[in-house]
Amino acid sequence: MALLDVQDLNVVFQTADGPVHAVNGLSFQIDKGETLAIVGESGSGKSQTAFAAMGLLAQNGAANGKVAFDGTDLLSLSPRQMNKMRAEKVAMIFQDPMTSLNPYMRISDQMAEVLTQHKGMSKRAAIAEATKMLDAVRIPDAAARITMYPHEFSGGMRQRIMIAMALLCQPQLLIADEPTTALDVTVQAQIMDLLGDIRRDFGTAIVLITHDLGIVADFCDRTLVMYGGQVMEEGATTDVFAEPAHPYTKGLLRAVPRIDRDDDVLQTISGEPPDMSRLPAGCPFSPRCDVALDHCAVQRPAKEHFGADRRRACHKPLAEVTS
Amino acid sequence: MLSFILRRLAVAVPTLLVLVIISFALMFAAPGGPFSGERPPPQAVLDNINARYGLDQPYWKQMVDYIWNIVRYFDFGPSFQYRDRSVTDVIMQGFPVTLTYGFWSFVVAIVVGVSLGVMAAVKQNTWLDYLAVGITIGAQVLPNFVLGPILLLTFTLWLGWLPGGGWNGGQWQYMVMPIIALSTSYMASIARITRSSMLEVLNAGFIRTAKAKGLPMRRIIFRHALKPALLPVLSYMGPAFVGMITGSVVVDVFFSTGGIGQFFVNSAFNRDYSVIMGITILVGALTILFSLLVDLLYAWIDPKIRY
Repeated sequence: MALLDVQDLNVVFQTADGPVHAVNGLSFQIDKGETLAIVGESGSGKSQTAFAAMGLLAQNGAANGKVAFDGTDLLSLSPRQMNKMRAEKVAMIFQDPMTSLNPYMRISDQMAEVLTQHKGMSKRAAIAEATKMLDAVRIPDAAARITMYPHEFSGGMRQRIMIAMALLCQPQLLIADEPTTALDVTVQAQIMDLLGDIRRDFGTAIVLITHDLGIVADFCDRTLVMYGGQVMEEGATTDVFAEPAHPYTKGLLRAVPRIDRDDDVLQTISGEPPDMSRLPAGCPFSPRCDVALDHCAVQRPAKEHFGADRRRACHKPLAEVTS
Repeated sequence: MLSFILRRLAVAVPTLLVLVIISFALMFAAPGGPFSGERPPPQAVLDNINARYGLDQPYWKQMVDYIWNIVRYFDFGPSFQYRDRSVTDVIMQGFPVTLTYGFWSFVVAIVVGVSLGVMAAVKQNTWLDYLAVGITIGAQVLPNFVLGPILLLTFTLWLGWLPGGGWNGGQWQYMVMPIIALSTSYMASIARITRSSMLEVLNAGFIRTAKAKGLPMRRIIFRHALKPALLPVLSYMGPAFVGMITGSVVVDVFFSTGGIGQFFVNSAFNRDYSVIMGITILVGALTILFSLLVDLLYAWIDPKIRY
């Protein structure tokens, strides 16, 4: 059984301008210890997918479908049951480490409360445990620095602290929502190294949400490309990168600047990210797709399984896309 | 920290000096004087009285003498209206009363206001929120000179539960209505500020983190959200506290509490220069003192603020 099994997930936000469909019929799975990348540009619904799974949607948002963790449907849990799942089974780290830690509380208090809450530890034992975890994420001089406040740490250090805090109860799944977007490049690499070590040492499955294809290539077993709240294609990362089977993936890969190519102009995908309140009835990418067929805009493409455990959603025949 | 406090207290001196100079100028710019009633006494008598109180001196001389007496003897002069009583006597009579009901009004305003605001924010867009916002708006638009008579009508005339006025050494029955009348609008402002800042804090990234950590909502609100949500309330608290402990004329008039507010207004009507000045300096000094206290509280709440 998959560790996390998402089936036909829909997320809708009620806004003053009418309903906004952030995620539309999304399905995917992740196994124990596996690493899955969810890739897509801003507004593709990748973060909302994670928030829906964690029960962290904004007040005006609602999720339906199935998000099963080890057989338990997270969407049907009571708040109390959901709180047991969080931190103990599924943990999450966020995009902006500068705002994700409480600036008014010491790191020791913020970390210790996870253990006192979930493991019933005494405060003293919890702080000792938290210090060990800070050591594990390579915070220098952890025992002394744990009593500091977030503003006394750099962005990279704060993200390390977030990771340490997420791992305190040794969850089986870590959802990392653009964990390196707000950090500069060298720090990015360090954080990704750290996540790699954690996967190895703790066997944690990781869902990495990102728009940075460079990170995905190095790090993730499988890649899922999202657009307009739907799966465009999915497969082993090496396969997806070597032979993209969707025009959107091809566009994304083309848009990555390469050091081994002498480009004068950066490649882009023309058009704008989709307006989620007015998605076309068919493929959400069709308005920007340069190989779109006549019926792409009106008819939603079916999921097509092919190759080694790959799938895609596109009307254009596979051979024509990959050629 | 200590040097910050000393520096701030040092700046307070010129601030108060400016306050004295401006108030003095305004007072003398206003027509009339303490002894020029509708039927003024004979000129000779008037001259005598003016000489006795130093009012025959030029304006600047009066001011310098006044300041000198304060600095040298901590003497705020005699009252012009209450014969044989000094300004200090007048303030010492009224201020303890005002301080007592003002302090309790402050406590009530903070406790009720913050509770209402937090409840409204946490239960946003539910009937609890609408109820709290309704109470807040009602309390804010009801001026205390309307609220005072309503309270008197209800609790004294109809229900007969509470005495209609007086102070009686600060017995609680005598304090209930003054406290309600004084605290209501402050309570409403505090509730409004708390609600909007709490709503903002609840949307912050670190609250999402706290939720992702599987903490119960109660702990998130009280351990994570309340402190930052109270920062804007804190900056309102300083002036509000001074406003409450220096009293309210409306409360003093309707409930005959004998607080300082009534003395202040009477002294303005009667051109009781020294009492006006004395109370002005008291309010000014308290304002400076409490804004310093608020700044220190800020540093206590927000670890990024260090002096």
